[in-house]
Amino acid sequence: MSDAKPKVAFYWCSSCGGCEESIVDLAEDILKVVAAVDIVFWPVALDFKKKDVEAMPDKSIAVSFINGAIRMSEQEEMAHLLRRKSQLVVAHGACAHLGGIPGLANFWNKSTIFRTAYHTTVSTDNPAGLEPQPKTSLDGHELTLPEFWDTVYPLDAIIDVDYYLPGCAPHRDLILNAVTAILEGKLPPKGAVLAPNKSCCDDCDRNETKPEKMTIKEIKRPYEVLLDPKTCFLAQGVICMGPATRSGCGERCIEGNMPCRGCMGPTDQVYDQGAKFLSAFASILDASEEKDVERLVDSIVDPAGTFYRFSLPSSILKRKKLEAVR
Amino acid sequence: MTRRITIDPITRLEGHGKIEIFLDDHGDVERAILQVPELRGFEQFAVGRPVEEMPRITPRICGVCPTAHHMAATKAADAVFGVEPTSTARKIRELIYNAFMMEDHTLHFFFLGGPDFVVGPQAPAAERNILGVIGKVGLEIGGKVIRIRADVREIMAYLAGKAIHPVCGLPGGVAKGLDEEHRVTFLKTAKDAVEFAEFALQIFADVVLKNQAYVDIVVGEAYKIKTYYMGMVNDRNQVEFYDGDLRVVDPDGREFAKFKPADYLEHIAEHVEPWTYVKFPFLKKVGWKGFVEGNDSGVYRVAPLARLNAAEGMQTPRAQKHYDHMYAVLGGKPVHNTLAFHWARLIEALQAAESMVALLEDAEITGTDLRRIPTRIPTEGVGIVEAPRGVLIHHYKTDERGLITAANLIVATIGNAAAINMSIEKAAKAFIKGGQVSEGLLNMAEMAFRPYDPCHGCGTHAWPGAMPLTINIYNRSGERIRQLRRS
Amino acid sequence: MSQEHFEPKLVGFLCTWCSYTGADLAGTARMMYAPNVRIIRIMCSGRVDPQFVMKAFQEGADGVFISGCHPGDCHYKDGNTKTLRRHRLLSRVLEQFGIERERFRLEWVSASEGTKFRQVCNEFTEQIRTLGPLNFNGNGGGPHERR
Ligand code: SF4
Ligand code: SF4
Ligand code: SF4
Ligand code: FES
Repeated sequence: MSDAKPKVAFYWCSSCGGCEESIVDLAEDILKVVAAVDIVFWPVALDFKKKDVEAMPDKSIAVSFINGAIRMSEQEEMAHLLRRKSQLVVAHGACAHLGGIPGLANFWNKSTIFRTAYHTTVSTDNPAGLEPQPKTSLDGHELTLPEFWDTVYPLDAIIDVDYYLPGCAPHRDLILNAVTAILEGKLPPKGAVLAPNKSCCDDCDRNETKPEKMTIKEIKRPYEVLLDPKTCFLAQGVICMGPATRSGCGERCIEGNMPCRGCMGPTDQVYDQGAKFLSAFASILDASEEKDVERLVDSIVDPAGTFYRFSLPSSILKRKKLEAVR
Repeated sequence: MTRRITIDPITRLEGHGKIEIFLDDHGDVERAILQVPELRGFEQFAVGRPVEEMPRITPRICGVCPTAHHMAATKAADAVFGVEPTSTARKIRELIYNAFMMEDHTLHFFFLGGPDFVVGPQAPAAERNILGVIGKVGLEIGGKVIRIRADVREIMAYLAGKAIHPVCGLPGGVAKGLDEEHRVTFLKTAKDAVEFAEFALQIFADVVLKNQAYVDIVVGEAYKIKTYYMGMVNDRNQVEFYDGDLRVVDPDGREFAKFKPADYLEHIAEHVEPWTYVKFPFLKKVGWKGFVEGNDSGVYRVAPLARLNAAEGMQTPRAQKHYDHMYAVLGGKPVHNTLAFHWARLIEALQAAESMVALLEDAEITGTDLRRIPTRIPTEGVGIVEAPRGVLIHHYKTDERGLITAANLIVATIGNAAAINMSIEKAAKAFIKGGQVSEGLLNMAEMAFRPYDPCHGCGTHAWPGAMPLTINIYNRSGERIRQLRRS
Repeated sequence: MSQEHFEPKLVGFLCTWCSYTGADLAGTARMMYAPNVRIIRIMCSGRVDPQFVMKAFQEGADGVFISGCHPGDCHYKDGNTKTLRRHRLLSRVLEQFGIERERFRLEWVSASEGTKFRQVCNEFTEQIRTLGPLNFNGNGGGPHERR
C-alpha cells in the first residue's frame, strides 16, 4: 500500500452494523474506493488494532468515518482517539449524526433499561437478581465490562465533527459523493451535512398530489388504511415526516409505500427536527374548537417517539428528565 | 501459576466481544468465556411506541439481519391484532425473506466464514477478508458474488423500500405489491441465485470436501459439542424460515419438543451472568446447568446446522439432495460438528433460492389484495422467524390503543451464546496444554466461533468472520508476557 | 430542596396586540403581581416556535406560558388557533420528556384585561411553586450527567 494515498479509518460505536453494510452495498464501487485510499483502520473487516491507531502521528489519518451513537465509556475513548489522529471526522449515519433509533433509549435511564433487560422480561430467569457489572470476579479472575450510561449521545456531543453523512443507513450515492469530495478536496464548509439542503417533500413524487390548502381532519395510523401508492401521505391523514426531513435518501420509504420517519434529519435552517415537524403539522390540523383540537391531538399516539424517531439525543431537550423516569 | 489469556477480537477498548481464557496451575485451560460488552435496551425503549412501528424500529438492532427483525416484528404485530396477512401479502413477505436468507448466507460464506476455507486457514491476515477472497477466487468469481448479492438485494429494496432496514410490513399484510414487469426480472435473478447457490456448494465440495486436511478439521473433536438443537419446521417437519412450529431435538437426534411460537415461554428461558451484557437462553424443561454439553444440560443451538438437525429434510428438491449428502458424509443425524454450520448454511441458501423461484412462478404473487385491515382490539402477540443466525423471537404486549407496554426479544445470535462459549472453551482445551500456547490458537479461536456467524449486531455487532485477532498472555501480576498476532 | 426558598422562573410569550398591552395595563395601574415572569414580546402568539418553548425549559425555566388574543380577535386572523393546536400538541410532547403539563400554559388575555393578566401570573407562580423546580438541564440533557 502506497503512502501517497489518503489514509481512511472506519469505526463503529453503538450501531447496528447497517452503516458498515452500506459500504459493502457499494458493491462494485467498493473496489474503486478501496483502490483510491489506504484503509488504516476498520475493525469490522481488517486487522488493525487500537494500538496501531495510537501509534500513528496525530492528524495522520485523512478522514475517519464514525458510525453509531455514543452510550458507553469505551466508545467515548475511541471517538477521542480517532479525533486526535484524524484531519477530518465524518459522522456516518443517523446514529452518529443525531443519535438515531438507539437514542429512543433517552426516554429511559440505565436502571430502567437494566431492570427490563435482566429482571422483568418474561423469559428472563434470574433468581439471584444478577446484573452485568463493570467489574466482576469469575472463579477468582477479575473481569471488566465497559460502563453503560443513562444517556445516548450523538457524536458531536462528544467530539468535534467536521461533516455529517446522514441517513439510516446513508444512501450509496451520498457515500460515494462524500468520498469523492474528500478525495478531490472539494469540500463544503465545515459542519456541513453532505446531502442536498431541501426537504423530502421537494423531491417526493407525491408532492404534486398535495392539495392547495392541506388540512387533516382525521389522523390515520399506517395500518388503519389502505395506503394509496400515489397520494401524499399527509393528504391521506398519515403522519409523514417529509416536510421536516432532508432529502438525499432517494425517498426510499415512500417508494416502498410507507411514510417517511425522518432518518435524514432536518435541513440546515432547522435546529430541532421534531419541533419543526410539530409546528408544521399543528398548522394543518383541521380543528379550531378546543374540544376538536384535543380530540385530534390525542389521536396522535406517540408524538415524541414519532417526531423524534431518529433525533431525540440531538433535540433541544435531548432526553427525558432523568428523575422523571420511573 | 494462573495465567489469563485475552483474545481481543477487536481489542478490549473497541468493545464488541472479547475472549478470556484462564489457565490453571498446570497451564491447562480452566475456563474460557466470550464477553459481550454492549447493550442497547430495545426492550425498554419499545415501551410506549405504537406496535405497527416496531417493524421499522427493531431492524436497528442489527443492520446485518434487519429483515429478520422486520419480519418477526411484523408477525408479532399480526398476532397482536389477531389478523392474518392476505395470501398475496404472505407470499411477498416470504419472497423478501427468502431473498434475504439467500444473500445473507452467501455473504457469510464468501466474505466472512469462507476465508477459512476459500483462502485457507493458514493464510495471512491481510488476505482473510473480503478483498482477500476476491483475490483468491479470482476477480471473476468475486465479481459474481458481488453481482448476485446486489441483484438479490434489489428485490428486497424494490418491495421493502430499503434492503437495510425494510419498511414493507404492516399488520395484516404489506405496503407494496409486485407488478408483472418486475416479477419477470426478479424471476431471472432468482434462477441465477439457484445456480449461484449450487456453484457455492460446488466450491465447498472442491475446496473442503476434497481436502482431507480440512475434512479432518471439520469432523475433529475440538470443534464438536453435543447439544440440543432448535429450528423452525413446516407441517412436514422440513426446514422453514418464515413461519412454522419450533422443533427441538435432543443430542441423540430424537424429537424432544415441538411447539407453536405463541408457547415459547413454556420452553425457553434466559440465564443472566454478571460478566457479560448478553443473556443465555436455555431449554426450560431441562434447566440451566451451566456451560456444559449433553442431554442433562439445557443448552441448545440454533442457526443453519441446528435447523437441519431439528428438521427431517428440506422443502426443495435440490437442497434435499445436498441435505442427504451432507448427513451421509458426516455420519448421520444429528451432526454435532460446529464447522458443519458452513455446509448447512449453503444448503439453506439453495433452499431459499429455490423457494424464490417457486414464489415468483406463483400467479398469486402479483395479486393486488395486499392488506387485511385489523379490526380487533390489540393485546399481545408473538412473532418468530428463523433469522440466518437462528430462532428470532419478538413478543409484544400492548394497551388497547396498540402502544407497547412490554416487549421481549430473544435475538438469534444469543440463542447460541452459551454454545459459543462452550465451543471456544473446548477448542482452547485442545490447543493449550501444559502452559504451551500453540500458534494455532489464533485460528482455533476464530474457527470455533465463526461458524455460528455470531452477528453481534444482535448483541455486539462484530462480523467475526473478518474479525482480527490478537491474543495477549498475561502472568499473574498482569504483565503481558507474550503476544500472538495474526499477520 | 426546601420549597420556601424556591422562586419559580417563568417565561411568558405575550402577543404584542392584546396580552402585552394587557400586561402593560397591569403595570401602569400598579397592580401587584408576582415578579417571577420574564416577559418576551412577540407579534402574535402564532409566532411562538415550539423551539422557543423547549429552549426556555432547557435553559432553566420552571414554567412557560403563551398568551394571545381571545379567539376571533387575533390580528392575523387565525394565529391564535394555530397556537392552540401547537400548545396542545407540544404539551403532549413535553410530557413525554418528563415536563408536566401544568408547566406549560396557554392563556387568552385582551388589552383591557390587566386584572386577568395579574391573576394569571399569580396563579401560575403559585402552581409552579407547588410543583417545585423543574431543573431540566441539571438533570440530564447535557453530556455532564455522566458519572
Ligand atoms: S444509522 Fe442506521 S444503519 Fe447506521 S448504525 Fe445507526 S441504526 Fe444502523
Ligand atoms: S409529506 Fe411525505 S408523502 Fe407528502 S410530499 Fe412530503 S414526503 Fe411526500
Ligand atoms: S424517506 Fe424518510 S425515513 Fe425513509 S430513508 Fe428517506 S429520510 Fe429516511
Ligand atoms: S395577534 Fe394576538 S394572538 Fe395573534
